[in-house]
Amino acid sequence: MSTNQTILISGPHTHADNSVQYIMGNVIIALLPVTLFAIYLFGLPTLYLIIISLLSALVAEYGCLWLMNKPIRPFLTDGSALLTGLLVALAMPPWAPWWIAIVGSTFAIVIGKQLFGGLGQNVFNPAMLARVMLLIAFPLEMTTWISPHPLLFTGSPGFLESLQITFIGISDIDAISSASLLGHIKTELTLGHSIPEILQQQENFSLLNSFVGFTNGSLGESSSLLLLIGGLYLLFRKIITWHIPVAMIVTTIALASGFHYYNPDRYLDALFHLLNGGAMLAIFFIATDPVTSPSTAFGKILFGVGCSSIEYVIRTWGAFPEGIGFAILLMNALTPLIDHYFRPRIYGRNRSGKPLEQGGKS
Amino acid sequence: MKLFRFRGGIHPEGHKLATTAKPIAVMPMPKYLYVPLQQHIGAPAESEVKIGDQVAKGQLLAHSQGMVSAPVHAPTSGIVNNISEMTAPHPSGLSVRMITLETNSEDQWLNSITSTDPLRLTAEEVAAHVGAAGIVGMGGATFPSAVKLKLSLRHKIKQLIINGGECEPYLTCDDRLMQERSDQVVDGVRIILRAVQAEKALIAIENNKPEAIAAMQKSCGHYADITVVSVPARYPMGSEKHLIQTVTGLEVPAGGLGADIGVLVHNVGTAYAIHQAIRHGRPLVSRVVTVGGGAIQEPQNVEVPIGASLRDVIEFCGGLKETPARLLMGGPMMGQVMPSMQVPVVKGTSGIIALSEQEVSHQAATPCIRCGSCVDACPCGLLPLTMAAHIRSNKLEGAVDFGLIDCVACGCCSYVCPAHIPLVQYFNYAKGELAARQQRKHKTEETRKLAELRQQRIAKEKEAKRLAAEKRRTEKAKRETATQHDDD
Repeated sequence: MSTNQTILISGPHTHADNSVQYIMGNVIIALLPVTLFAIYLFGLPTLYLIIISLLSALVAEYGCLWLMNKPIRPFLTDGSALLTGLLVALAMPPWAPWWIAIVGSTFAIVIGKQLFGGLGQNVFNPAMLARVMLLIAFPLEMTTWISPHPLLFTGSPGFLESLQITFIGISDIDAISSASLLGHIKTELTLGHSIPEILQQQENFSLLNSFVGFTNGSLGESSSLLLLIGGLYLLFRKIITWHIPVAMIVTTIALASGFHYYNPDRYLDALFHLLNGGAMLAIFFIATDPVTSPSTAFGKILFGVGCSSIEYVIRTWGAFPEGIGFAILLMNALTPLIDHYFRPRIYGRNRSGKPLEQGGKS
Repeated sequence: MKLFRFRGGIHPEGHKLATTAKPIAVMPMPKYLYVPLQQHIGAPAESEVKIGDQVAKGQLLAHSQGMVSAPVHAPTSGIVNNISEMTAPHPSGLSVRMITLETNSEDQWLNSITSTDPLRLTAEEVAAHVGAAGIVGMGGATFPSAVKLKLSLRHKIKQLIINGGECEPYLTCDDRLMQERSDQVVDGVRIILRAVQAEKALIAIENNKPEAIAAMQKSCGHYADITVVSVPARYPMGSEKHLIQTVTGLEVPAGGLGADIGVLVHNVGTAYAIHQAIRHGRPLVSRVVTVGGGAIQEPQNVEVPIGASLRDVIEFCGGLKETPARLLMGGPMMGQVMPSMQVPVVKGTSGIIALSEQEVSHQAATPCIRCGSCVDACPCGLLPLTMAAHIRSNKLEGAVDFGLIDCVACGCCSYVCPAHIPLVQYFNYAKGELAARQQRKHKTEETRKLAELRQQRIAKEKEAKRLAAEKRRTEKAKRETATQHDDD
């Protein structure tokens, strides 16, 4: 038996059946329903956009790894770049032009991830960083929301027409685009209309539609139902823990219900907040990103509360109709601080780290 | 009975079925035994015999020295063939002093061995007998049991907990011992209980060992002060601190002992050894070892004489199916990789596990994705990922700040890590490095002190010389003036 290679291995000599690849793969699987639904809902331009986004993420990752002389294969196949590309795509308007996808994905990988030192080292969620950058740099392209054009139905663009939309531009942009629901309400509120009035005028608005997904918005935000299913799958698979989603949902309900109760004409109710905009995507897939969220249970709850509070404040009183991207980035920045100050209690010690008294009661 | 939950923990696959139903086999005496003089925590024992001495089974080979130590006895009768440095059963592959015993087939016990009635013994006498029998913690910690008993006599022990957790995968030696020799184990428990004057004893057994629980319950039937408690099967249930928390809800204060909160824990194997020592006067010369793992032909529990080489034990179990990917002493969670098959079984050897290629994870470590699985799994409330990050950048104080010294090296964090980071290895390195630094610091401090003392001494001598010279001068001057006066 050869000895020299093996003798310095510490236990354990057995391992749970998991890997980074398994985690990333499961998140991608959980995102598949909502991705497929978006392709169905908004047609081929969306499919092209997703493909471009995924490819540019992989190319950017490859390029960075090559430049930094890092092993390419293990990192390129761990699924993290693919997931970032997918999340960037899901945060874009469905018919956004090709270069938005390339700029977004490349930015996410190069600036958002690799400049920090690669996998596990980034402070901010790369996809959210890209979304916020695009929103600030290209506000027009990033807020051109089209209404649903389901595949195989009349009005759905064909193969060539879709290529044209993606690579040249939408010809008659005003005819098919409209503000997102949250943006529309924000504008109308500043004009002095009350929320019940605004919602009444909105054709075919119902919370059910928001839930199932026949609304306009970023392509990954359409169906709260499918996002919820994906999120529950991740919980079931123990890829994520309940802390962040529950903290976010409870905080949103508490804040929105409170203000809505106080003045229903001015403040939207909790269900509306949860089912519209990027809330569901963020709750289950963005905020739960392990790298950029706290690693202790209490820290996660704090993080979730922070995300939803900031989101609510921006949505309600801020200049942007949707604030989840900013909210998550702000909380990402606080994560190291949260992790430093909120640690689990160590066995045999009290919260301040002193050994327990002789009684041993914690 | 109300049980409490410790935080974290894992559920590794048990792999116990291969051995749990097979009776303990008794191994024929190998031709040579290699008995290390250090098989325990503390100072090594000092040899009592010379090369060529004829020894009987149970005869003292080496006596304990120092406060924390344990003697070593001849596991069988034979001739002392050699006393030399040989490879220790430790991953370092460093050597330790061993007595090589050429065995004869007689297996003749020492004549002077007598049994004692534990009811006539005082607590100190029980501890003395246990110490003389060379008994150490049989769960693997190998802390001298007599020292533990004596320490607990100074505290008021309310509860005695007998550790039958055996939470390591593959290992079933305690399980089989409880199934087959429950009366003897319970007798050992009664001896300890009486010695430490505790109110009650709890025998905690993981609920994945129903046969052992049934056997032990049967043997405890008449004793009101001994209760068998079925505890959930969750690793690391067999860790002393965590078993105490599970059964009593109390935590051992950091840096303290179970005795500080009125609890004393002994392993079932230790209880059995104490029974043997007191009832039959037999020192600890053999133990039950689980021989298992995918590379072993016939996995089973074997009663092995201390000092038998791993090769002899494995050959008794039909040999190897394949070259083991890892040869371990102990279980796969906390067991240690053995440098060769030639190293001997010692008092703390609970298992010889030869893992096959498929049973060992070969995935290379990738960067930490901060998922926090290790934080959730840690039964001590530490932040393994942060500790490892500090250690990687050589900030050991940072790791200490996050609880490095409270780490029990159970391996839960490494087990669950999706990035396959060898966290325990980091912690072991850091603990070793800290100890080395401490030692260096101590050494420099001592050298500095010595140098200072020397300086002082030299200064003092100089001063004394100066004073003496001055005195001489003045005296001389006095004398001279006196003679001058006389001249006048």
